[in-house]
Formats: sequence, structure tokens, C-alpha cells
Amino acid sequence: MIGASSIRKEGRAKVLGTAIYTDDKFMPGALHGLTVRSEVPRGILRAIHFGEGIPWEEFTCVTAEDIPGTNLVASVVDDQPFLIGIGEEITHSQQAVLLLAHPDKFLVEKARRAVRLEIEELPAVLDIQSSLDLQPLIYGTNNLLKEIRIAKGDPDPIWAQAAHVIEGEYRTGAQEQMYIEPNAMLSVVEPRDGLLQVTVWGSLQCPYYVHGALRQLFGLPEKQVRVVAMEMGGAFGGKEDYPSVNGGHAALLAWKSGKPVRLIYDREEDLACTTKRHPSRTRLRTAFDAEGNLLALEADFILDGGAYATLSPVVLSRGAVHAASVYRCPHVRIHARAVATNTPPPGAFRGFGAPQSLFAMERHMDVCARKLGLDAVELRRKNFLHMGDTMATGQVIREDLDLAGLMDQALAAIGYRDKRAAFALTNPGDGPIKRGVGFSVFMHGCGFTGNGESHVASVAGVEGLADGTVAVLAASTEMGQGKNTVFAQIVAEALQLPVELVDTAPVDTDHVPNSGPTVASRSTMMVGRILEDAAIGFKLALVQQGFLVEPYTPESFQAAVVKAVATLGTLRCYGQYHRPPNIQWDDVTYQGDAYPTYSWACYAAEVAVDLDTFEVKVADFVAVQEVGRVVNPTLAAGQIEGGVAQGIGWGLWEEVTMQRGRMINNQMTNYIIPTSVDLPRIQVVFLENAHAGGPGGAKGIGELPMDGPAPAVVNALENALGALRLDEVPMTPDRLLERCEEVSHG
Amino acid sequence: MRGYLPDFDVRVPASLGEALELMAQAPGSYTPLAGGTDLMVVYNAGRLKPTHFLDLSRLAELRGTEEDATSLRFGALTTFTELRECRAVHQHFPNLVKSARATGALAIQNRGTLAGNIANASPAADTPPSLLAYGAELALVSPRGLRRVAYDQFHQGYKRLDMAADELLARIIVPKPLGRGFHYFRKVGTRQAQAISKTCLAAYARIEDGCVAELRIGLGSVAPAPVRARNAEAALLGKPLASLPVAAAREALLADMSPIDDIRATAHYRSVVTRNLLGQMLRELANA
Ligand SMILES: Cc1cc2nc3c(=O)[nH]c(=O)nc-3n(C[C@H](O)[C@H](O)[C@H](O)COP(=O)(O)OP(=O)(O)OC[C@H]3O[C@@H](n4cnc5c(N)ncnc54)[C@H](O)[C@@H]3O)c2cc1C
Repeated sequence: MIGASSIRKEGRAKVLGTAIYTDDKFMPGALHGLTVRSEVPRGILRAIHFGEGIPWEEFTCVTAEDIPGTNLVASVVDDQPFLIGIGEEITHSQQAVLLLAHPDKFLVEKARRAVRLEIEELPAVLDIQSSLDLQPLIYGTNNLLKEIRIAKGDPDPIWAQAAHVIEGEYRTGAQEQMYIEPNAMLSVVEPRDGLLQVTVWGSLQCPYYVHGALRQLFGLPEKQVRVVAMEMGGAFGGKEDYPSVNGGHAALLAWKSGKPVRLIYDREEDLACTTKRHPSRTRLRTAFDAEGNLLALEADFILDGGAYATLSPVVLSRGAVHAASVYRCPHVRIHARAVATNTPPPGAFRGFGAPQSLFAMERHMDVCARKLGLDAVELRRKNFLHMGDTMATGQVIREDLDLAGLMDQALAAIGYRDKRAAFALTNPGDGPIKRGVGFSVFMHGCGFTGNGESHVASVAGVEGLADGTVAVLAASTEMGQGKNTVFAQIVAEALQLPVELVDTAPVDTDHVPNSGPTVASRSTMMVGRILEDAAIGFKLALVQQGFLVEPYTPESFQAAVVKAVATLGTLRCYGQYHRPPNIQWDDVTYQGDAYPTYSWACYAAEVAVDLDTFEVKVADFVAVQEVGRVVNPTLAAGQIEGGVAQGIGWGLWEEVTMQRGRMINNQMTNYIIPTSVDLPRIQVVFLENAHAGGPGGAKGIGELPMDGPAPAVVNALENALGALRLDEVPMTPDRLLERCEEVSHG
Repeated sequence: MRGYLPDFDVRVPASLGEALELMAQAPGSYTPLAGGTDLMVVYNAGRLKPTHFLDLSRLAELRGTEEDATSLRFGALTTFTELRECRAVHQHFPNLVKSARATGALAIQNRGTLAGNIANASPAADTPPSLLAYGAELALVSPRGLRRVAYDQFHQGYKRLDMAADELLARIIVPKPLGRGFHYFRKVGTRQAQAISKTCLAAYARIEDGCVAELRIGLGSVAPAPVRARNAEAALLGKPLASLPVAAAREALLADMSPIDDIRATAHYRSVVTRNLLGQMLRELANA
């Protein structure tokens, strides 16, 4: 059970092709929906013209005027309209203006092209600096979607006293999640018992987010809205907030037409309009004493938040908390801002702000080591957090943290010292191939930042079924990460049953409680812990009511459940999140325990750069992490390998190319994710360290592997090529050429 | 799919004669369809003008590879997979094997055809540099008969070909290199597989008495169409391997290219890296 590599619960159906994804769902008479978008980054919508040659009378058309409830997507801040109305302001190039549906899916596309939008264009803000300069003002009073300050001690007096003050600026680009299944929704809106009933089936991570969005859109009570999560072909955060938008669109079309409506994006549309990782710019200033001890740190951390707030406030918050990384520092000041631009809003993506600020800090540590004339390993070793130290938010490290041990293990596994020595001899040669090895040390906070878990107060449960098996009741979704399997293992362990006797109930808001969104590396650790409680309660109830006698065998347990269900009708037991008393957080001062715990890691990369073509090959990769107890080693290793692949992609190739606020490489041909040939062997090492919070001692792992690869790879590039301006990802061949020329041209 | 299906239809001629007759009846209104690996991408994106597809897949006349003493003659419908699997291609034209191997992935290699790769006229196509390096010829067929054209005369500008509206590409004829040959091919794509070329250089040289006796260099992705690097070739022809004028050849190559900035690379990157590829090729040639 816990600790075993149980096979994936839904694996068989996926392999046999019988798993039902949203677009597979049989729905006779369904119309095909499409979205007409603005195409200009900013302007006032003056009119919508319906062109010639289209039988418009056969179409269902929805505009802002049709919206029955509130035309705002329920989110952290309710600022994003589902549709822009005539006379209203368009704020990005993919803004939805009109929804179309028709039984003929080819005709609906033809119709989309026949629509002409009359837009009075306004000057747009397309990058971070223009937004900061209010050139022009496009959002609120200062173009800020969110601003956060974290303070510890007082860095100001330190700068003058310190032996060394080192500054740096680092940038990271947008990144697409590139789930295999593009965003997809299917909706039916029909009266039931005289009341309007809105149902949405979709590819979505957070059923209750969509549920909340639909309630607000239609102005309906909880009971009249139902959201069902279908089999999902990947998400990575890309189906965390966006489904509230396209789920709403599908439901509006279904409501107006009175027919089922499918709204299935193709790749081009999905890439152009759905959320991405936030681009970032981080300015760091660090003070060291003569021995290399970190005395003060100042971070100016900025995210490009796009046209609406979406999840930017919380992405910013995680990024800000991770900005000081794994180092002990008495004086810290972090100023974090998410700025508005006229671009499609970014949103959640594995790592959620942390990869951006950690890239800056882990690159900066290597730059500092070079400038201080110290070894990058020793500089880090000197400054690591230990038990009893406080982080930037004042959080005290309560675990016996051994980052140096973690680092040494990763460096030994990749052969760091030997390779450095060897490359120092071979790189000065004439050949075009230069090699380097580098690493990063980092952490990832598990679960929501700050009071998030308390706000959501997740509920999850277990249910006994008539055949004596047990079902997991949770709104957590399976997106390929293995939730179905891991939850079954946790419940099976608590009930001492074989994992085959536990399965997941369909994720349907009519049937499962709100266990919170499937995000933030929280499902195994947070929901798993609640399920453990629920399972134990379930067993106690069976015992107390005389159905079960301990000790029991799986057969006698199953018989007890059969009997209990036959006698009582339904048999469910729920658990709920309770904040542990030693965890305190203040949302206003940003002081306290930002996360209940952290996963810790050191990643090391070896690269080979071809100076003929400026192509970078990652030749070897080691990922060592301490993640508490590993529930399912195969699935966990899969998470790490996949995250490393995504992290290397972000570091070297994946670039969202924008022109006038539109992504122009919105095809898989031109948005370059790595193939298996582009990736190295990835050696995954887990150090287990049972943490009391999660089930069986588990922590979160889903996002961790996204944080470390980019800085490790770029640090390795510096080792291979020397001191270039390696301050940005992706470090594409074109960019690397530019940076090499900066040096050779002086 | 963004193409509007009712705007398209497909004719499936059973013989080459029937195909040519159809094309002659309404010149310009048919679009030959071979593997479809280029056409379907454009159709899917909704960027293909309404047309009548002329499906070539039944035309046995356009299949197969014939070998004689001096050349290999590839049928228009020869796939990348067939190129990779053909012993004679490995023996005489290793660059063509490398081109085929570097094209898309297996599924594309199974469907995509040599004639399609040429007639699609993309400057980034991967077999044209090799075909240029080997001095290939094309056989075009129309109701007026068969016509041969040197491949390095076939591309006349961006997507402009020496091919009339009623003509089909029938065969690709590649002369077997004689004597002591040197072959070089390198594609620099946006990644290691499933990638479009940012630049591509293929070369064939015949070495005689320690000198470059014959040399052809084909370039991809650095001009509006695949091109011969005639200036660089001229700088190298007749020169001894022991003292190749590397700097002069690299310089000359600038006049062979007219690269642009696009979504995959900057003009500057293309210019620098293509010259570096020439440099690498010359290092290998010097040691050949
Ligand atoms: C995923 C993917 C990856 C790819 N990767 C690469 C790559 O790495 N390198 C590369 O070079 N290409 C690549 N391609 C492009 C494509 O596979 C090749 O260009 C292929 O050779 C086209 O051949 P086809 O038979 O499929 O052509 P089709 O799509 O059928 O036709 C292409 C064009 O040629 C014309 N045509 C075809 N046959 C004839 C004929 N006998 N006479 C006259 N005109 C004709 C057609 O009318 C059309 O204009 C890729 C395509 C895809 C979808």
C-alpha cells in the first residue's frame, strides 16, 4: 500500500482506449461551439458585423447582453468578464466577444471567419516596463494587480558595512503547459422540476472553481449547478483557472440554444488564448561579509500578470515567499508586484511563481560565488538554512534539515568534482563542444500559501459500496499524476485492505464533497491526510455499530461493508482539514508559517554546448529530493522525470513569441517542447524523512521538479562557457549566440 | 479542423494518363495530393484555398526506385522510409539517408514523399540540400510529354517552381558519384527530432590528387528556396585539402545566402551558424 508502486487505477482504460475524455462523451444532438475573439490588444468594441453567405438564422449566438447573471468570472478578484459587450473595453488580443454554436462543426468555423468586429483601437501595454511606467495606465490606479512586501530585519544599514554587495537582474519567459488534450467542455442546461439545471462536463482540475463560476454567471443556487470532471489528458495548472471561463462559455451556449453544446479548443486556439506561466523580472541585491556569509538580501520580483488578475495574486505570493530560497539571511526585503499588460492573462502552471524567483536566486548564487572568488558549493554550504533558523517570513525551520547532505549526494551522483576538473582541461581545446556541470538547491512549499488551506477547509470522505468495496469521495481530479491510485493506497493502508478493494468515485459535484482544487502539490499531503482520518472513522463506525470485529481479514471487512450498506442504505464517512495549532500566518504582514512544510532538493545537470550551432544538449541529470514518505515510487519518479523535462524545456527551448500581444508560434511545430531525444537520462533519488503532516509522512512533490532544472542547466552553461550574461530563460540557441558575441565583441 | 470540408473534393485517377488528362482539362484547378503531410497541415489550419485534390496514391507509374549503372531514379511517390530502407541509397547517397532520417518522425517518414518535399517548395525542406549536393535532375510529365530539368534550376524564387500547371513531378534522378567521394550533411533544427530546419547544409565533394576536384553544396532555410552555395563552391574548387581556404570560403558563403528573421531563428543566427557548418564540413574534408 503506502510505499508500493501500485499500478495506475485508470491505466487499463487509458491503454485500451476506453477512457472517456470530454470530447468522447456521447451526447446526441450536441452543437459545436466556437469563440469569436478580439484580435487587437486593446480598444473599444463598437460593433459586431455578421458577414454574408452564412445562414445566421441557424446559429446560436451569445453576446454579453445575453448573460443571465453576473458577467464576471469568479476568481481571486472578480475583474474578468466572460464576454465583452458593445461599448466596453477590450483588454487583450484573445478577448471573447461572441459565442457561436451550430450542428455543423465546419460551418461554425466558416461563420467565425465571417464575423467582423469593429474596434476602436487604444494604445496597449505589452511588457513589464511599460506597465510600471504607466505607459499608459490600463488597470486600476497604478497598473498593479497585486503588491506584496515581506520584511525581516533591516537591510538598509548593511549595504554600506558589508564587504561585498552584488546585484543582478534575471528574467524568465512565459511557458505553455502543453497538456496533450486541449481545453474541452460539454454542457447541458435544461429545466428539471421547474428549475434551471446547469451541467458541465469537462477537462478541468478544480470542479468547485467551475461550480462557483457557473453559479455567479447564472445567478443560481448551489443545487442547480453540477460539474463533472472527465478523464483528463494532462493539465499542469493549465486547467486550474481557465475552465471557469470556457466552462461558462459552453454553458451560455447550451442555455441559449436549449441543446447540448461542445466547446473543444483546437491546439492553435488553446495555445493562443489559455493561461501560461507568468513572465518575470527579478532584481536581486545581496550583501556578504568577507567570508561569504549572506548578510542581507533585497528582491524586486515582478510578474507580468496580463489583462486580468486571474490567479496572479496567489502566484505572486508563492513566488515572493520562495524568493529568498534556502538561505539563512538576517535581513531580507522582498517587494513583489504583478503588473497588468494587454496580453492574455497567464495563470497557474506547475511551480506557481516559485520557478521564477528561484531561477533568479539560484543563478545569482553562482554569479555571487564567481564574484566573491568562492566555490559555488561552498558558498551555498555556508549559507544554508538549518533547524532553528528563520526564513524570510519569520517561519522557523522545525525539521532536522540537512541541505548540505542533499547537495553532496547530488554532486557525488553526477560526478561534479571530477567533471569540473576534466572540463577545465578539455574546454580550452579547439573543438566546438564545451562541457559544463552545474546545480541548484531549492525548496517548494507544500500545499497552499498562508491561510489557503484554512479558507478552503477541504472535506473528503470514503463510502462503502453494496459490493463491499470502498470508494474515495473527493473532488480532487486525476490529470495523469496518479491521484486515483495514491488516494486508494492511502485509504487501503488506513483500512489495512488490498488496494484493489478501494477505488475512486466519479468526480461529480453532485456526489463528492469539496476537497479543494487539485493544485499546489496538495492532494496527496492535504487531501490524503483527510482521507486517512475519514477511513479510520469509517472503520471505527463499522466496529462501533457491530458490523466489524477487529482483527479482520479483507474478506471479513468486505462482508461487513456489504451488510452495513444493506442495513443502513448509505455508508459514508467524511473528514475535514483542521489547521494544526502550531501553524500561524498573517495575511497582512506576510509573517508566519507560509507553508506547513517544504520539500527540499538539489538538482545537478551536465551540459554540452556546440559552439558551431549554439545548441545545448543536457548530457546528464541528477535529481535528489527529500519529500517525506514516498507513497508510490513509480508515480513519484514519473512526477520528477516529467517535471525535470518541463523544467529543461523552460530553460532551453520553450518560448512564447508575442507580436502585438498575440502568441504567433501557437503550433506544436514552433513552440518547442523537448522530445525524448532532447532529454538526458534523469537519475531520481528520494530521501525519505517522515513528516507528521501528510498521510504516512508524505509531502508534496508535484511542483518541486519544475523549480530546479532551469537554474541548474544555466549554471552548467556558465561552467562550460565562462562568464556570459546568462540571466534569462529560455536560453535558446539564438540568445546564446547573442550572449557569446557580447563577450567576443567586448 | 479549420478547413471547410465541403469546399474541397478529391479525384482519384487510376492511371497517370487519367491524371494528366484531368489536369489538362482544367489547368491550375487541381492540387496533386501525395502523402498529404504538407497539405493536411495547411488544410487543418484553414489556410488552404478551396481546391480539387488529385490523389496520386494509385499511380503505380510514380512509385518505385530504379537503379542502373550511372544513376538512381526515384519515383515521385518514394517515401522517406523507402529512402532509409534502400541499400543503394545508403551506398551512394548517405546524405539522402540522413535527410530522410532527420525529417519529422516515423509516421511522417512513412507517408511523406520525395516529390512532395520538393514540390511543396519550402525553403526549409530537408531533402533538397542533399539533392542539390548530388546534382539531381527532375523528370516532369504532362500531356505534352516528358521533360527533364536540372534540380538546381527548378526553384525560381519563394514557392516558384519551373513546373507548369498541367505538369506532375514524375521522377527524381540522381547520378551516382564516381571516384573518391566526401559526403557531409547537417541539419540544425529547433530541437533534435520533429523539428523544422533553422539551417541545413549538405555537401558532396570528389577528391582527386589531394584536391577538391568536384564540389556541390546545398543549403536549406537561408534563402527563399533551397540553393546551391556557388560562391563558396568556387572558392574551394581545385584547392588542396591540406590548405583549404576556410576563411575565404566562409566569406564567400555570405553571398550565397539571403536569410531572414522568422519564428524559428534570426537571420543573424542563420548566417553565423551556416558559416560554422561550412567550417565544420571543411574540417572534416581536410581530414578526409
Ligand atoms: C509533423 C510533421 C513534421 C515534418 N517534418 C519535416 C521535416 O523535418 N523536414 C521536412 O523537410 N519536411 C517535414 N515535414 C513536411 C512534409 O512531411 C514533407 O515536405 C513531405 O515530403 C511532403 O510530402 P507529401 O507527399 O506528404 O506531400 P503533400 O502534402 O501530399 O504535397 C505537398 C505539395 O507537393 C505537391 N505535390 C506532391 N506530389 C507531387 C507531384 N508528384 N507532382 C507535383 N506536385 C506534387 C502537392 O500538390 C503539394 O503542393 C513535416 C510534416 C509534418 C506534418
